[in-house]
Amino acid sequence: MQILTRRIAVGAAVALTTAALGACSAGSSGGGTGEARTDVVVGLTGEPTNLDFTRTSGSAIPQLLMNNVYEGLVTIDQAGEVQPQLAESWEINGDRTVYTFTLHDGVTFSDGSLFTADDVVASIGRVQDDWTLSLKSKMDVVAKAEAISDTEVAVTLKHPSNSWLFDMGTSVGAMFPDDLSADLATEAVGTGPYTVEEVATGEHVTLAARDDYWGKVPAISEVTVRYFADANAQANAVRAGDIDMAYNMQAPDLLSGLEQDEDLQVVDGTSTGEVLLALNNAEPPFDDLRVRQAVMHAIDREAVLSTAWAGHGQLIGSMVPPTDPYYQDLTDAYPYDPDRARELLGEAGAEDLGITFDVPTRPYAEAVAQVVVSQLEDVGIDARIVPAEFPAVWLDKVFTKHDYQMSVILHTEARDMLTIFGDPDYYIGYDNPRVSEVAEEADQGSPDQYVAGMQEVARMIVDDAASAPLFLFPNTVVADAGLNGIATNATTESMDLTGLTWSAS
Amino acid sequence: MARHLASHVAQLAATLLVATAAIFVLLRVLPGDPAVVALGIEATPGALAAWRAEHGTDGPLLAQYLEWVGGLLTGDLGTSYVTSQELTPLVADRVQVTGILVLLGMLIALVVAVPVGTLAAVWHRNAGGVTLSAVSQVGVAVPNFLVGVLLVALFAVRLGWLPSGGWTAPVDGFGEFWRHVLLPAVALGSVQAAIITRYVRSAVLEIMREDFLRTARAKGLTFTGALMRHGLRNAGVPIVTVVGVQIASMLIGAVVIERVFAVPGLGSLLLDSVGNRDLLAVQSIVAVLVVLVVLLNFLVDLAYTVLDPRLRRAS
Repeated sequence: MQILTRRIAVGAAVALTTAALGACSAGSSGGGTGEARTDVVVGLTGEPTNLDFTRTSGSAIPQLLMNNVYEGLVTIDQAGEVQPQLAESWEINGDRTVYTFTLHDGVTFSDGSLFTADDVVASIGRVQDDWTLSLKSKMDVVAKAEAISDTEVAVTLKHPSNSWLFDMGTSVGAMFPDDLSADLATEAVGTGPYTVEEVATGEHVTLAARDDYWGKVPAISEVTVRYFADANAQANAVRAGDIDMAYNMQAPDLLSGLEQDEDLQVVDGTSTGEVLLALNNAEPPFDDLRVRQAVMHAIDREAVLSTAWAGHGQLIGSMVPPTDPYYQDLTDAYPYDPDRARELLGEAGAEDLGITFDVPTRPYAEAVAQVVVSQLEDVGIDARIVPAEFPAVWLDKVFTKHDYQMSVILHTEARDMLTIFGDPDYYIGYDNPRVSEVAEEADQGSPDQYVAGMQEVARMIVDDAASAPLFLFPNTVVADAGLNGIATNATTESMDLTGLTWSAS
Repeated sequence: MARHLASHVAQLAATLLVATAAIFVLLRVLPGDPAVVALGIEATPGALAAWRAEHGTDGPLLAQYLEWVGGLLTGDLGTSYVTSQELTPLVADRVQVTGILVLLGMLIALVVAVPVGTLAAVWHRNAGGVTLSAVSQVGVAVPNFLVGVLLVALFAVRLGWLPSGGWTAPVDGFGEFWRHVLLPAVALGSVQAAIITRYVRSAVLEIMREDFLRTARAKGLTFTGALMRHGLRNAGVPIVTVVGVQIASMLIGAVVIERVFAVPGLGSLLLDSVGNRDLLAVQSIVAVLVVLVVLLNFLVDLAYTVLDPRLRRAS
């Protein structure tokens, strides 16, 4: 089901080769000290404001904490597949409504308490009762969770669901102690291999490995995650060797220079982030299908990707990234065809169209906007860019008040097609009742029906030209060539640091 | 002196009142709901309402303002909307970082500007002086972030002598502190050096035409001796004025350098807080800046009277 682009395949090959070379030199190092380092400094942009992802949305907190500090019953691997984590195994009953998980024995939280079935029951209940994010709806399908024994728990769903188990591998599936007394905003209590040692606002967060971790204790005992205001400072730091890894680097123009540096490895991993040219379906002129389709034909996505993001990333035709089970190639649904675009605009009586284009103040958005405006101009659409400070103004004006005609934004959440297009009250304003109907049937059907149903949903959204997915954002990682085990594919929000190792020097 | 001090305190109070009221109103006009920014797009409406109630952002503006100013007077800046941190220790910490950076930058600037500016004045008729003057003119035109980027490219990326950014407090290691502070301080100081060089040059030129300098020479002092003993002290007043003004502008201008070098200073905190619509933090930082600038003016005034005894009588 996975389709890798050449760039990503090459990137993965490079990573594997580096890992292999690293492994070789580890055995044959005679000259060096032979001691591999046990600390890593990671550079990121986008600092978490606190440590509580049950009350604060956004990807910064789960990016730092999931898999590293918090764990779930299951986890999502680098290929986007569900894998066991705190649950050793699970069984699903005949009508696929009861999941019986067998938990690992002897797992402890960082506060010393034992992880048992009661914690699972409490964590699921807390999502339903205490979480204040709309993300909590992912747990709506759960009718009840019961502890059978200390290491067995049965979760009963209201109806079969193909997406629930996957969601349990994301932040809603994080396991907390049942008698939670800590303030999660400042203290993280998980079962993961690391604890949060220090938070220096505006600077860094330090993670320290736990000696009493239930699984394989990571090779790296201390990870410092430094936060940078922009990608340039992040790139300078990795070039100067101040940080060992720049994760999710958003400065594609700098990559060609970094690629030539022999001490560094540059890998484009996949992500679940789609750069979406959002059209307000509820307001003129984009309430007219023909005008939306005209925009689709007017955009040369290949040119957008190569001009705005130096070709790093992957073309997509729908909101489904290739790592999802229901991916289908829809990139040819609207070939670049300015003539057809002008024709459609003519049919809609929308020649000499003038629109406003709210562009959030983010590097990718500003870069994309310039290209899109010039391409729209070719077909007679005059798009005027209005900068919208991100996040404050964009969230207020575009996202909350729907006061916009066209915008561009990166949707990072995994499997978010239905969030964006399944709800007519969402900022896109796409109203097609068939979408939620088909999606609901698909979620309750067999795995094959799920794939078929979700593909039909994606197809409907594309046929309606609800908005224009431009490209899949790369998860670009630039790291010291001696660093191995980097999880380059961001299949969920999590930046999994647990596999990192150094080649011996 | 006491009257002098009293007038400064009154000035501080008046300035603070106007500044706090202005910043409070301006921030309320800014688009963007702090609750949405704090909790993010996934927040449920109930959570948003609870947040507004908890932080009092749904209450009457006057009450919000009075509560904040009341806190300010007792040194309690409140709690950040976004990070839930106590603001007083946070801001105090950031003031130190920016303060060190600015003072060190200014020191570097003065060490360069005073001799260079004096030489440029003394040699104003020959090629050396013209060259110094031209170089300082170019220096004034270079934005300090460019200097910062170039310094990083050379000393951190190419030579690897110094880190490309970050910060270590002096108490956490003096050697590391210097390694981290050097490049940003030089970046900040170099442009100031160029600006102050120009002021020193014109101040010294002015002095060189004064009668007292001719008298000093008639007394038998050499030109250099006369300039050192009497000239520079008299040129000091306009130089101190410009140093005061420049330090004030550097306090906030340091934000650019703080960004380039990932230094956790006051400017970075202010910028992040505006972005996060952390209104309380923004207000408090601006209030602290106002206090600092007024204090700075007071110090400059004091320096005048030290430098020039004639001004003591005038005040």
